[in-house]
Amino acid sequence: MESSRIPRTGSGHYVPKVGLLERAGLRDMDGWMAFSALGLLVCSIYTLSQTSAQVVAGAPDYFPQRQAVYGLVGIVAMIAVARIDYSRFRELRVGIYTFLCASILIIFAFGVTSRGSTQSLDLPFFTFQPAELGKLLLILSLAGFVIDGARRGSERQRTLRYLALGLAPTGMVLLQDLGTSLVYGAITIAIMVAAGVRWSHLAAIGAGLVSFIAVVLVLMPMAGAPVLKDYQQERLTSFLSPTSDIGGAGYQQNQAKVAAGSGGTTGRGDQATQSRLGFVPERHTDFIFAVVAERYGFVGAGLVLSLFALLFWRALRLMTLSKNFYGTLVAAGIASAIMFQVFVNVGMNLGIMPITGIPLPLMSYGGSAIIATFLMIGVLQSIHIESRAGQRGPWSH
Amino acid sequence: MRIEPVIAEPKKRRGTALRVAVLGGVGLVLFAVLFFRLWSLQVVTGDRYLAEANDNRTREITVRAPRGRILDRDGNVLVDNRTSMALELDPLQIPSQTAERRKLFASVAEVIGRDLDWIRARYRRELESNPPGSPITLIRDVDDDIVYYLQENQARYPEVQINRVFVRRYPQGLRAAHLLGSVGEVTAEDLEQEGNQDLEAGDFLGKAGIEQTYDDVLRGENGLSRIQVDSLGRVKGELQSKNPDPGDSLRLTIDPDVQAAGEAALSSIGLPGAFVTMNVDTGEVLGLASNPTIDPAIFTRPLTQAQVDGLYSEDTGAPLFNRAISGAYPVGSTYKPITAVAGLDAGSVTPSTVIQDNGQIEISDQVFTNAGSEPHGPVDLRRALEVSSDVYFYLLGADLNGTNKLQQWSRQFGIGQTTGIDLPGEASGLLPTPAWRNELFANDETDRPWAVGDNVQLAIGQGDLQADPLQMAVAYAALGNGGSVVKPHTALQVEDPAGRVVDEYQPEINRTIDLDPAARRVILEGLNDAAQQPDGTSYGVFGGFPVPVAGKTGTAERPPNGDQSWYVVLAPYPDPEIVTAVTVEQGGFGSDTAAPIALQILSAYFDREAKAVGGGSGNVE
Repeated sequence: MESSRIPRTGSGHYVPKVGLLERAGLRDMDGWMAFSALGLLVCSIYTLSQTSAQVVAGAPDYFPQRQAVYGLVGIVAMIAVARIDYSRFRELRVGIYTFLCASILIIFAFGVTSRGSTQSLDLPFFTFQPAELGKLLLILSLAGFVIDGARRGSERQRTLRYLALGLAPTGMVLLQDLGTSLVYGAITIAIMVAAGVRWSHLAAIGAGLVSFIAVVLVLMPMAGAPVLKDYQQERLTSFLSPTSDIGGAGYQQNQAKVAAGSGGTTGRGDQATQSRLGFVPERHTDFIFAVVAERYGFVGAGLVLSLFALLFWRALRLMTLSKNFYGTLVAAGIASAIMFQVFVNVGMNLGIMPITGIPLPLMSYGGSAIIATFLMIGVLQSIHIESRAGQRGPWSH
Repeated sequence: MRIEPVIAEPKKRRGTALRVAVLGGVGLVLFAVLFFRLWSLQVVTGDRYLAEANDNRTREITVRAPRGRILDRDGNVLVDNRTSMALELDPLQIPSQTAERRKLFASVAEVIGRDLDWIRARYRRELESNPPGSPITLIRDVDDDIVYYLQENQARYPEVQINRVFVRRYPQGLRAAHLLGSVGEVTAEDLEQEGNQDLEAGDFLGKAGIEQTYDDVLRGENGLSRIQVDSLGRVKGELQSKNPDPGDSLRLTIDPDVQAAGEAALSSIGLPGAFVTMNVDTGEVLGLASNPTIDPAIFTRPLTQAQVDGLYSEDTGAPLFNRAISGAYPVGSTYKPITAVAGLDAGSVTPSTVIQDNGQIEISDQVFTNAGSEPHGPVDLRRALEVSSDVYFYLLGADLNGTNKLQQWSRQFGIGQTTGIDLPGEASGLLPTPAWRNELFANDETDRPWAVGDNVQLAIGQGDLQADPLQMAVAYAALGNGGSVVKPHTALQVEDPAGRVVDEYQPEINRTIDLDPAARRVILEGLNDAAQQPDGTSYGVFGGFPVPVAGKTGTAERPPNGDQSWYVVLAPYPDPEIVTAVTVEQGGFGSDTAAPIALQILSAYFDREAKAVGGGSGNVE
């Protein structure tokens, strides 16, 4: 990882000392980024192993074991992607975008419904959620289209083109799962910000978004034509007054908040009744952060947040290091996707964001999300490796 | 950290740095918000949430599943459920200090209008009889106004809960009471038994009769409602619930007409007795009753000591005792067909062997007499059965002594063993053998060893022999069907709550015995003569019965009691479908009490058959 490890001989020739990472082409991986990702995975497996013992009868290690397997698959996938020059994805943008839309559409035909939303495909051994991988596909293709069309049309036309390209899959996913479509929307906005879309255009989009939310959540239901299903509406609005309906939709939110709050500074450990007795809903997936907060307190939850902050910083940093503008846009998309999910999920666990069903990256139990997130980090690593290669000049290959 | 080499930045677009700064700034703000919120939630207000978490209590409420119904063969309901409001004390809430407990009892006593001692006695009894942790049921069938009062004032009586419980209901009153059995609250011993892992304190299970045998069919699966309550016990919301799964219904083989006729006939005699009617080929029990009977509904309420005494006392005829399957009686002359089979098999006689019956006979210095010392003259086997010549069978018994043939055949026919019927509490009775008596004698438990007289007595169903109507029915059924010793059963099929058949019980045969068809034929002829020829012992009862039958009376001496009346009959002759065995304690001659009861039962059976084929020829008066 350190370039100083390559010894220079007096004659000016390199005598490369070939290590394992070098042989894998991973010498230039970002160590801090890898550290934060693996650290979060370890936190996830540890938390699952401490809390899920009594959930699956006869298989106390069901959740942690499976999560570990997903993590291993994810790490292998990350390494594989890191070795590919991410710039290739720019050339494949049309194909990637088509595949993205097709995979969303396929869900309408063959999807499996779970917890009120249809978003997964039943494959042998595995229920695959294409929308998770779709986040990365959207980033790679949308960034490609931005570069491709950077000099075509007026600025307004370009803004509208980016918006249309981003909102098409966002809208389709919205019909399946609200949380995922919010992530798609955040990715679209973030790439547009990074692409240099005029501030005035962004402000107009923001105003449009606010009025859209007002129409969907307030005006349409008042007019008797609700857009969202009842349970979606309740989940979105109940956080505003969590105590008003303590037995209903506000219940989960309130229980998660009580769990997190009761953890105090150092956590309740095995006395963590909120998560142990099942007061915390979805404690392996959406509300795993509340479990961490209750069991390990401010210390543990703060550690997890810090690891996310580290990951976000390292991703953001690649925007300036990237060897080309495509890398800058991709890094912006991935950094924002992770940031957005962390904020919405943790905010939901702490009672300041509505329940939207967004998993916490690398922490929530679930194969599709874990593997998709590691693939994103693999692309970030590729950007990092390529930036180092560009700086070291022609000898390095 | 690595040291960044000082190399020119790659070519960047105008304003990229600003855009990075904006995204980074947004990220920074968002993380700051999360950290601040986490800190304020956990560190600043953590204590408050900890208290709230500790207040968070769940209460699991078992939603009891109704037991399945019990139906007769035609689908008439014999047992179903009604709901009842039970006033229970939550065992976890009852104060441990005597003074506080007394205060609680006093307040409850006032509400339900009982005195304090009654409550205390009830509490103590429930505590002793039920496993720990069971709700203490004070009274069932609580009046509505008490229910409303308690529900309105729940906060004042946190220890008291009103629960809706299912109680067995018997729409047909006493019908088939001994068959049905009863249910009761689980005891600590019940919980320890194999197969009862899913039971919990407060559950009900079958304690007798069909309720006990088929408990696993009838018992439903309880549902669960997990509610969140605050520290005052107020319900805050339901966390999860599982609906109860009602038990399956059981349809019995019991024929309502046969059962009703048998019960009515038995009770009209007014003496203790029992009957069994069974299909000879399948072992399906069409009717079974014991007199005096019980009201099964008394078990749905707490029993008083007087009621308990009444169930077991000799003075009341021990009504709980099921004489049909656990009575141990000498069977008298109804035993003769078995002796005949053994005698023919051993070659002691052939069907044509004629014996001179002078009314009495001396065997090894002991005189054995016919009933009333009446001489029957020369008798062959058929005639001996028709007129019930004791002398003929005394001689057979004497001749068979030492060969063990009589005991072997008796055992083959199932005498002195349980039949394996699907009812608990079956008695095995006693088949006297030389080995049995000699061992008793060796242990000084009796006054004499086995003698030929024992075999002579056994030959006419007397002496030490003990059997019950069910064993006799099974033995005659084997004779009637040609040698299959069936396993009697009362369950026909299992039906789910919607009435769909989910399981059918198949007839079972305990064993097949090698019955000589010629011997069977002549014995059935003799039994048919006994019932329907003018000299026959039950001609007075069955002489005018339109369906040909083969039946044998029995009048067993049972000192110090009066004679035990017996009648066992196969019908129709010569290819019988059903067997009926009737016995009446102190009923006198078989033809006096038992045979008339059998007539009522057969009338009901064939009346029904006649109706089934359109009210045609076989009509019965």
